Amino acid sequence: MKDDDARKPEATSGVSRRDFMKISAVTAAVPLVLGPKVVHAAGEDVAVHGPGKVPVALNVNGKKLNAQLEPRVTLLDALREQFDLTGAKRVCDRGACGACTVLLDGKPVYACSVLAIDAQGAKITTIEALAEADKLSPLMQAFVEHDAQQCGFCTPGFVVATTYFLKQHPTPSADDIRRGLNGNYCRCGTYDGIRAVALAQAGGKQS
Amino acid sequence: MSQYSWPDPATRPLLGKSISRVDGPSKSSGRAKYTYDYNPQGLLAGKILRCPYAHAKITSIDTSAAEKMSGVKAVEVIQGPGTEILWAGDEIVGVAAVDEGTAEDALRAIKVEYEVLPHFVSDAEPPKTIAADTGPVSADDFQDMEENQVPDEEVIARIQKSGISFQPTDKDYDSYKGMGVDSSIIAALKKAKYVPAENKPKSPYKKTALQSQGTPDKAFASAATVSEGLYGTPCIVHSCLETHGSAMEWPGEKEVVVHVSTQNVSGIAAQLAEPLSVPAGNINVLQQNVGGGFGSKFSVDRWDVNTAKLSKKAGGKPVKNMLDRKAEFEVAGMRPSAYARVKIAADKDGKIVAWESRSWGTGGVGGGGTPPLPYIFEIPNQRKQNTAISTNQGSARAWRAPNHPQAAVITMGAIEDLAAKMKMDPLDLVLKNMDIAGPRAQTYKEEFAIADGLMGWKKNWHQRGDTTPGNIKRGLGLSMHTWGGRGHNSDCDFSIHPDGSVEIKMGTQDLGTGARTIITIVAADTLGIPMENVTLLYGNNRYPPSGGSGGSTTSGGVTSSTRRAAVDARDALFAKVAPSLKAQPEELEAADGRVRVKGDANRSLSWKEACAKIGAVPLTVHGSNPDKARPPDLTNSGVGGVQMADVSVDIETGIVRVNKMVAVQDCGLVVDVKTAESQVYGALIMGISYALYEEKILDPVTGRVLNPNLEFYRLAGLSDIGELKVRMMTGKGYDERGVIGLAEPPVVSPGAAISNAVANAIGVRVPFLPLTPDRVLAALEEAGGSHAYHGVW
Repeated sequence: MKDDDARKPEATSGVSRRDFMKISAVTAAVPLVLGPKVVHAAGEDVAVHGPGKVPVALNVNGKKLNAQLEPRVTLLDALREQFDLTGAKRVCDRGACGACTVLLDGKPVYACSVLAIDAQGAKITTIEALAEADKLSPLMQAFVEHDAQQCGFCTPGFVVATTYFLKQHPTPSADDIRRGLNGNYCRCGTYDGIRAVALAQAGGKQS
Repeated sequence: MSQYSWPDPATRPLLGKSISRVDGPSKSSGRAKYTYDYNPQGLLAGKILRCPYAHAKITSIDTSAAEKMSGVKAVEVIQGPGTEILWAGDEIVGVAAVDEGTAEDALRAIKVEYEVLPHFVSDAEPPKTIAADTGPVSADDFQDMEENQVPDEEVIARIQKSGISFQPTDKDYDSYKGMGVDSSIIAALKKAKYVPAENKPKSPYKKTALQSQGTPDKAFASAATVSEGLYGTPCIVHSCLETHGSAMEWPGEKEVVVHVSTQNVSGIAAQLAEPLSVPAGNINVLQQNVGGGFGSKFSVDRWDVNTAKLSKKAGGKPVKNMLDRKAEFEVAGMRPSAYARVKIAADKDGKIVAWESRSWGTGGVGGGGTPPLPYIFEIPNQRKQNTAISTNQGSARAWRAPNHPQAAVITMGAIEDLAAKMKMDPLDLVLKNMDIAGPRAQTYKEEFAIADGLMGWKKNWHQRGDTTPGNIKRGLGLSMHTWGGRGHNSDCDFSIHPDGSVEIKMGTQDLGTGARTIITIVAADTLGIPMENVTLLYGNNRYPPSGGSGGSTTSGGVTSSTRRAAVDARDALFAKVAPSLKAQPEELEAADGRVRVKGDANRSLSWKEACAKIGAVPLTVHGSNPDKARPPDLTNSGVGGVQMADVSVDIETGIVRVNKMVAVQDCGLVVDVKTAESQVYGALIMGISYALYEEKILDPVTGRVLNPNLEFYRLAGLSDIGELKVRMMTGKGYDERGVIGLAEPPVVSPGAAISNAVANAIGVRVPFLPLTPDRVLAALEEAGGSHAYHGVW
């Protein structure tokens, strides 16, 4: 078996947390100009990435993060494995459960269903950026108060989805909540608390 | 003598209040780390090649191409040529590589040849002709009976009648004892006749002996009303959002560090020691958070052992393998199916007099569970027989309240149908039979009165079949349930530090039930200090052992050992502090953050000042449960709960909606109302999910799971749950029983209550869960115009 650890980004030095060790953060937004090969297919020019690793630059939580990734790597796996942003969870890995929800240019997406290479150029916001340091956002605090979490595996996805939902529906009706927060699954059964969170944020009362 | 008993309601600053879970902030902020999130430098990805056939024999394996691939670090054959594979998805070869993509590429390069054998995956009703005699009991049969909680007498009877086809060693007997197998069964095994396995008839059906009591024929003949029906629920899958799996690494030749998604932190090392040839004491098991277990995560699995072996081959580097969702559905456990044809009879007053059931179901290769029929009601005249069906699919595992939800669907369905036939309100019928409802009868009565109020049952209930014009029919249904829930063995080390901080070490886990929160509450409540002063260290097998979190045993166990330790630590502190307060230790109390002389506000020290008297090293005591030397017993067994459902059914589309559910639940002394209620809300929601949507579907042609994913194996979403009302029984009659676990009981009834509500709405019984549109429409179709006694639309 050939030693091929170079396939995985390795540590640089001088940074205490490994989160940052794998990441080369640059302050200015430098567009990647290493363009993919283009082929003409079905009457269109189509970019071909890979099959090997390609440089990928992502704008995550206001930071520019670079990694060498195979084109098949999803945004979710890139966030979790390359940048150690593990708040988004891998559960169904095919766009059914919402546990991996992140914001892409402010809109919620299932990060398991977006390729990392396709997320370049977009502003990516994960649960980790929704609160400062050790603090909780008011919404996170409401999740605690209404006990809208049990095992907690779906919770970050729900918090991200609810953050966006409440921006779109600052005073949601019960029906808005039913429709708007139906894109995430919870197995422990915390929906009653999540409903209460959404209603309380709207200044309403739980029916 | 120290007073370990739970404090009086008047002196409980925290206990019994509604308190937010202590791990809430880490979870809602996404900072909580799970096994799946373990991501150290140099982590290798483990993947497993799985068998595509439901029944096959491996003829050859060639891993050479995979081993030569760049980035592949280790390849390990799990089951070699010649092995008979009994379910699709079973483990064949494991690979560790630099990343998941490379590992997947390597799996594709492995060549395995199989001799495909015929499979059997149907749990349809067994043919009437099958023999009751099932031949000698094999080791698998025995393990299956134990796992499915077949009554001891029945296990012994089978062993005595048919002999055994295996020869247990002394070591096996020790391991049976460790599993909690009763000594009477071990004695029966030792005396059993050895019958070679070839004498065993090849049949997927294992029929138990016909059991009967009283005089069922006479009782049916003289009964006023006899009702017959078909009821059941299919195999369903735990669907933990965090799949099973682990990360393993070898810091030394004989040392293993294990990160594993488990309900059983203290029990993992002993299971790994033998397959890895490492002393259990050198195996460090770690887990801070687990993304769901529900009964499916007690054991070290074959894939975990493989992960450890791959790590060793790769020079001890960490290897992580979390199952993908498809494998999770195929191999990581399910709840057995159970179906039954039931005949039930009552006298003219509604007293249930007779029961007859022929039940069947499957739990995979090992057979099936044996639901306790009839559920709850000790019907005087009975005849029953169960047939376990062995099918080529991954084996069943405990699923919240093993066998109870199935038993409730069957029994409460039959009782509802009986009431409908008598044109009687099922609530009246159930209440008429409280004399045969077992030890929790009084609890059920009190709970039904509360549930009636919350649901408006008496006001809204109608005879079977909603006569309202239009497509939408509305109905009410009810069910009831019981469970044990006695606290398990649990130890802890409890320290008060000279700076006033308190530290508890316990080898337990928190599945999201609130275990961390209730341990902290009990400690802080006993010491009269804020919960912030208490640090709980858990999730590490190097801490004092605490039982696996199964069977609702954790709450009673961990709170009992914490209470005893906290009382002892507090009393030891009093002994150190008493001289400076010029008092005797027994005159002191710890409350409101102070240690003070009872009834004398002038003689007191702040908690911090008091702890400064401890000296240079912390004051440490040990807590245990059970502990006969330190009475009383602080936990108990046996709870009752009742539930009601209000549903609407569209008889044109067959779609069922839950409008409202009510749950009234007893669990002895409630430590934290908030997390206790959350358990019940969660159980109702999980119940709505299995009542309406969940079914593991096997393809009879290929023997594979057809819906091994979360889009075709549907879970309830937020829009599906309706209004939920939960009420915990507290106060006199409940508090003094001590702490009893709560995770199982409330998940038992929802399926039965919803199924009964649907029957009440549409006028006919939909026999099997889940109550999908096709099943609802088929039941309506079958009833056709012949619903004479239902008096419907």
